[in-house]
Amino acid sequence: MSSDWLHSVAVRRTLVILLLAAAWEGYGRFLGDPLLFPSLSQTVTALLDSTRTGELPSRLLNSLGTLGMGYAAGVAIATVLTTFAISTRFGADFLTMLTAMFSPLPAVALLPMAILWFGIGQPAIVFVIMFSVLWALALNAQSGFRGVSPALRMTGYNLSLTGWRHVVHILIPAAFPSILAGLKIGWAFAWRTLIAAELVFGASSRSGGLGWFISEHRNELAIDQVFAGMLVVILVGLLVEIGIFRTVERFTVIRWGMQR
Amino acid sequence: MTYCINNHNYIPFKLSAVRVGLGDVISMSKVKLAEPLSIAGSLLELRGVTLAYADAGRRVVAAEDISLDVAQSDRIVLLGPSGCGKSTLLKAVGGFITPETGTIRLAGRPVTEPSPDGMMVFQEFDQLLPWKTVLGNVMFPMVASRRFGREAARERAQDTIRRVGLEKFAGAYPHTLSGGMKQRVAIARALALEPKMLLMDEPFGALDALTRRRMQHELLSLWQELRFTLVFVTHGIEEAIIVGSRVFVMTSHPGSILAEFDVREFGDHSRADPAFARLAGEIEDMLLERSQRGPDYVI
Repeated sequence: MSSDWLHSVAVRRTLVILLLAAAWEGYGRFLGDPLLFPSLSQTVTALLDSTRTGELPSRLLNSLGTLGMGYAAGVAIATVLTTFAISTRFGADFLTMLTAMFSPLPAVALLPMAILWFGIGQPAIVFVIMFSVLWALALNAQSGFRGVSPALRMTGYNLSLTGWRHVVHILIPAAFPSILAGLKIGWAFAWRTLIAAELVFGASSRSGGLGWFISEHRNELAIDQVFAGMLVVILVGLLVEIGIFRTVERFTVIRWGMQR
Repeated sequence: MTYCINNHNYIPFKLSAVRVGLGDVISMSKVKLAEPLSIAGSLLELRGVTLAYADAGRRVVAAEDISLDVAQSDRIVLLGPSGCGKSTLLKAVGGFITPETGTIRLAGRPVTEPSPDGMMVFQEFDQLLPWKTVLGNVMFPMVASRRFGREAARERAQDTIRRVGLEKFAGAYPHTLSGGMKQRVAIARALALEPKMLLMDEPFGALDALTRRRMQHELLSLWQELRFTLVFVTHGIEEAIIVGSRVFVMTSHPGSILAEFDVREFGDHSRADPAFARLAGEIEDMLLERSQRGPDYVI
């Protein structure tokens, strides 16, 4: 008997999720120790509880706000540096050197210094997020611009497109797959960095983010809440990756055949 | 050198062979432009063009002291082995490279930078913008160069796409097309702008033999219809004789013109013509003999 429904990606993925959920629930019940490993149902209950009290949504919004600021700053600085790099030779050397130096450095490693510079609070976290996005994006965008085919460049010059018009009409669309990849990697770095930084210190004047939520509840031994916090971290990651980036890819680089 | 302006399309005529007064100027404007080799019109004019570039500190001459004239609606082929400087010469005509010495004039004006007056068609399939459909690609030069409004560009693009037989694929993205179709789009994109000349750099070089023959035929039919001026670079001897009205045989070290052939009598129909084979053989011998003289060179 053929099982056509098994060939659908959505069906297969749902099956994987159901299997994982069942394993989690089963192991949690088998262990019977919610302090060490709460089951899925306990975690979901905790998630709903803290959603109802408004604690978890406000923590999540706080995190997303911080992330947005850091991400925007990182993208802006990467744009400036990349513009500099594609318009002058010195800029290219400058950016190549900087990315080679800083991209292996985990942004969280800068947190102790950021705290000294900006004090404990949101600005320090925004700084490390900015740092984590900047190099991933700049590195990818620069290699994307470098990889634009000579024939495509000449096509632009042929139409007397020079300066920013050449950049807008030819270089940016041609380098778009790399730019998008840079944005995606930058997002993943930023999200991890954010949660990690918030775990170290998350709250200033009683407004903390998701990482703080996790850390706070661990100290209270409300482990089901800790699990709920981690589940939200995963869900947001999945949502942005699939909901935003995959959708953008489907309507751009995949449709254009620039990426399979 | 004397110039006068043709009322219809503002092509300055070089009147080197005729002494003219004011009355003659009027009569000269009646000269049939479609007639190549005529003494009358010279759309493109190269005088003593030498192209050189620095390679690892050494001066390399790609083309030396090249002079030629291309009349309106002429089909010029630069034929030669790889490395003879024919592509470099074409890029100089397109304004991508500045000659070390000599002048290149298009319609009387010096060519100093690339412009839509000379539209290039390259061999590479990735010359098309992958993020635009066939229609978008053909419209792009007209809109980007600001020579046409969006609506006018759309109409012209649709018309040109129909001429190259791709009307069913107007909404398709380039990556879904075959190599021959991609080259047709590139040709349509260049022609839709009605450039003063079409510059083709081995445009059929990456196609299979059958598709190449079909594309040669289609290019000639398009020329019959539109009478554009063509400068075509190839290393295929038969392709040169079929596509061109005049063939310039080039040789390397340094790149220079060895001989010029008038091949107007040959076309797509003359592949089986004994005279065609004789001429092809003659050109081949000429190139072989030249290459044997230079021991460092192999075709």
